Amino acid sequence: MLHIVNKSPLERNAVDTCLRLATKGSAVLLIEDAVYAATKGSAVSAKVQAAMANLKVYALAPDMEARGVAGRVMEGVNLVDYNGFVDLVAEHNNCQSWL
Amino acid sequence: MAIVNIAGKDVDVDEEGYLTNLADWNEDVAAYLAQEEKVEMTESHWEVVNFLREYYNEYQIAPAIRVLTKAIAKKLGPDKGNNKYLYELFPYGPAKQACKIAGLPKPTGCI
Amino acid sequence: MSDVTGGIDMDDETEGVVKKFMFLNRKAPYGTIYALESLEVVLISAAFDQDVSLAFVDDGVYQIVKGQHTKGIDQKNFSPTYRALEGYDIEKLYVDKDSLEARGLSEEDLLVDVQVLDSAAMADKMAEQDVVISF
Repeated sequence: MLHIVNKSPLERNAVDTCLRLATKGSAVLLIEDAVYAATKGSAVSAKVQAAMANLKVYALAPDMEARGVAGRVMEGVNLVDYNGFVDLVAEHNNCQSWL
Repeated sequence: MAIVNIAGKDVDVDEEGYLTNLADWNEDVAAYLAQEEKVEMTESHWEVVNFLREYYNEYQIAPAIRVLTKAIAKKLGPDKGNNKYLYELFPYGPAKQACKIAGLPKPTGCI
Repeated sequence: MSDVTGGIDMDDETEGVVKKFMFLNRKAPYGTIYALESLEVVLISAAFDQDVSLAFVDDGVYQIVKGQHTKGIDQKNFSPTYRALEGYDIEKLYVDKDSLEARGLSEEDLLVDVQVLDSAAMADKMAEQDVVISF
């Protein structure tokens, strides 16, 4: 399962709930405002870091760049471009969007 | 949207003839809507129409035909809760025609 | 499953194939249109004879609390409609335990029969779906 989240973790609980309800081995792709969850030094960094023990976390690079946070990517987060986004969707047998 | 005058009262209906406001419904209105549908109302027709109104009051939706049939079978027995019986009463579709006469919106999930 | 359509196939080859659809509800009613839209899609989906379930997570649990009266806000109270789902053969309603507790609610506060699931059980339910549709 590929989980796709697009809401800021500091404003909404979508990232939080997604991390709680994603099964071990699932992939989580952070896009749009959710890319803030992939940055180091935030109030939610520790939680995301901990979740990476069981989940593969990806972030959409163009969204990080657009928001000026590309230089603050947390260790362990895999950056993907739009082609990588498509590959992720194609690799997983299903995906779930967290609105 | 159009306004029709039924027994001296102005009533809003939509482009398909369904009542816009449920509260406008009464037996005169039902009789008028039935006439528009070319349905001659008998006791059996009223039974279904009243059943639909009760269903709507309880659940706030007009049931899909399959759900209506099952619910009628449960309440009024299998000899009434079947497609044949209901289509004989309302040849152009019980959910659609009976709902209209009952003053309900078009059933959700009616495809 | 088709990778392109996320599993929604309408062609003849797959006619009769029953897939597991979950509608994931995470928004409170009335403040936004999501809850009502979800409910309408759920009712329509019943016509396709699929394996449909509903999950209520986060503020989504507020959709099914008892005692909703909407007269004062001039919006339709659609909460009674959740009780009609059984008649549509939609009987799998899952509620996230943490979300309930975080809101001071318990199963008795809900207007329909549900299964309350802990995080692990809810995660498994989601993972086993062919399609998860979020609202």
